[in-house]
Amino acid sequence: MTAHLSRRTLLGLAGAGAGAYLLSACGSDESADPNAPQTINWWHIQNTEPMLPVWAAIAKEYESAHTNVKVVIQPLENEAFKAKLTTATQAGSPPDLFQSWGGGVLKQQVDAGLVKDITADVQPWIGSLLPASVQPFTIDGKIYGVPFDVGMVGFWYNKDLFAKAGITAPPTTWAELLTTVSKIKAAGIVPIALAGKDKWPGHFYWAYLAMRIGGLGALQQAAVDGNFDTPDFIAAGQRLKELVDLQPFQKGFLGAEYGSPDGQAATMGNGGAAMELMGQWAPSVQASASTSKKGLGDKLGYFAFPAVDGGKGSVAEAFGGGNGFAVGKNAPAATTDFLKTLLDVANQRKSAATGAVLPTVKDAADAIKDPNSKTVASSLAAATGFQLYLDQAYPPAVGQQVNDSVAELIAGTKKAEDIVKDITTVAKSQ
Amino acid sequence: MTQSTVIRKDTGSRAAVPAPRGRAAARRRGRPRQLGAIVLFLLPALVLFLLLVIAPILLAGYASAFKWNGFGLPENYVGLDNFTRAFQDPTFLGDLSRTGILIGLSLVVQLPVSLGLAMLLNQPLKGRSGYRLIFFAPYVLSEVTTAVLFTLVLSPNRGLGQQISEWLGIDALNGAVFADPSTVLYALFLVISWKYFGFHMILYLAGRQGIPRELTEAATTDGASAWQVFRHVTLPLLGPTIRISVFLSVIGSIQLFDMVWVLTGGGPIHASETMAVTMYQFGFRRFEVGYASAISIIMFLLSLIFALFYQRYVLRRDTEGALTTMGDQR
Repeated sequence: MTAHLSRRTLLGLAGAGAGAYLLSACGSDESADPNAPQTINWWHIQNTEPMLPVWAAIAKEYESAHTNVKVVIQPLENEAFKAKLTTATQAGSPPDLFQSWGGGVLKQQVDAGLVKDITADVQPWIGSLLPASVQPFTIDGKIYGVPFDVGMVGFWYNKDLFAKAGITAPPTTWAELLTTVSKIKAAGIVPIALAGKDKWPGHFYWAYLAMRIGGLGALQQAAVDGNFDTPDFIAAGQRLKELVDLQPFQKGFLGAEYGSPDGQAATMGNGGAAMELMGQWAPSVQASASTSKKGLGDKLGYFAFPAVDGGKGSVAEAFGGGNGFAVGKNAPAATTDFLKTLLDVANQRKSAATGAVLPTVKDAADAIKDPNSKTVASSLAAATGFQLYLDQAYPPAVGQQVNDSVAELIAGTKKAEDIVKDITTVAKSQ
Repeated sequence: MTQSTVIRKDTGSRAAVPAPRGRAAARRRGRPRQLGAIVLFLLPALVLFLLLVIAPILLAGYASAFKWNGFGLPENYVGLDNFTRAFQDPTFLGDLSRTGILIGLSLVVQLPVSLGLAMLLNQPLKGRSGYRLIFFAPYVLSEVTTAVLFTLVLSPNRGLGQQISEWLGIDALNGAVFADPSTVLYALFLVISWKYFGFHMILYLAGRQGIPRELTEAATTDGASAWQVFRHVTLPLLGPTIRISVFLSVIGSIQLFDMVWVLTGGGPIHASETMAVTMYQFGFRRFEVGYASAISIIMFLLSLIFALFYQRYVLRRDTEGALTTMGDQR
């Protein structure tokens, strides 16, 4: 390796530390021949049970079937992964296969020329996946990543507490939801658990309302022209304000985290609140965060985010996202083949069987055990449209501003008309 | 002093006066051969320091002049725009005032309390070392551990603090000190104080023990009350210790991160955000690395300027080796 001192080298030295830089620069040997000896550097964030051993086993299996390929796995914690990835990309050497949520961040990585266009490689088998799940990884018609997990957000409710408050059927419109909340509150029960400290759970409300009021088109249009100062988005904020004014959240919700022992999931899992708006992982986190470690079991129900009267969006449109893998620009030839193996039906079934993953491969859906997860999977399969989480779909700065602004709306320091201006300002500056 | 001047002076002195002999002379003049040895032994540390401290500072400075999302190389040069943006950003300006509040509270509340405790624990009382140990113990815990501990203690629904206040029949905590924008900063300050007061207390204790007993005894013999002894003998002689403790406290406040990140994440609605938290948010959440670098450079300059001025004007007397000054008389 010849080292000439360029800006890239300097940044690499600083970002990744000298040793890591030298290793990474010499470690990825590009080869177009899939039979030549090669090493796949794989970074994933399933750094705990149950998925950690599943990934390791799949990689081992692949290595023994392809003796010329070595898979080097780096399991990382989510925050550490983000930090490490930026430093690696500054050195111009992204890992060969790495965690991606698609959307805005992936687009930035594509724009910086760090990610491989794998459209041609995955064409033969991408059809086996749910089309909605591949959407966030498709940028300008090209595929840059493949999802192994997909899910959506909806209301999870405690059937017992609903019954106690005299509610017979889950609400189907926003107006009904407001009455439901009032009834539950009148019965002396906390209607909704919310993690105000984490901000992202709050943005689900505003985004879903915007979807139901303005339709998917409104969200996509806003992404294109960077303008959120429209009647639909303002209305979404006003509807959310109606809910906030009922004071439906648990005590101290502005300081609550999602997964901590006293957070949103624990409040639900311990029967301290009647419902929460959360993704498909809600039941498992409720269980692990609850004092009994069992959660609500069969007392837990699910209903779709209600429609808004006069809104353009349909209740069949889903809001969610998933986890996937993108392929680094210097990845060896075998990487996409390994990706294909990761996503074959057998391995997707293994992943689904852990309960931590909702498979993207349609034929693996039969491996889902949990009835609630089955509900989510079937709603997703029947969804007429799909919108990725806003804090991932838009450029990160815009997504975080959405989170911040919605938090300000919920805390009562900003109005619906103000927050759309703030978000627009950031979107225009990108 | 560069090497060439050393040599020139060396030859000059040799011509004018007989050269002094022995080790003292060598030490005074620093022979070139010795200089080589010094450089050789300094080199490993120097290389590490340059690579791990100086280089990142320079690179952050470089990155701060770009609008850059951290992927690939910075290309969009914006000059000082990131800095002007910081001083127009209500969140960052809020960080500055919040840092000011924390510094003020530390100097007015935390340090006097530590000083009082140190004086108390200097008295001959039973189990003194036990108390010292207990008061010092929080400092041994890591910031993150402390933060998690207080999250649980002050948790609004089942926290220890809540249970105690219910048991006492007062709802003083109202269960949500970290969830209320008007109380969160003070709650945060209390947690920081809980962790650090023991450290400052130990500093003062060490300083107090460096004061010769003859001085306080002489003052007492001359009829000074306990307060007068403290005010006119102990306190002035503790000067150097207090000045160092203030210095550490201020620098620590400017760079506060871990505790805030774990306890509140800077929320609710930025009410407890500090410069370091804002920097992290922009760096790793919003991927506006250029702007985050600018914030880090501002933090660095604030700390540096404070340190330089403080050393120049406040610590000067201490570094000159004087115990204390009374007006002009030493």
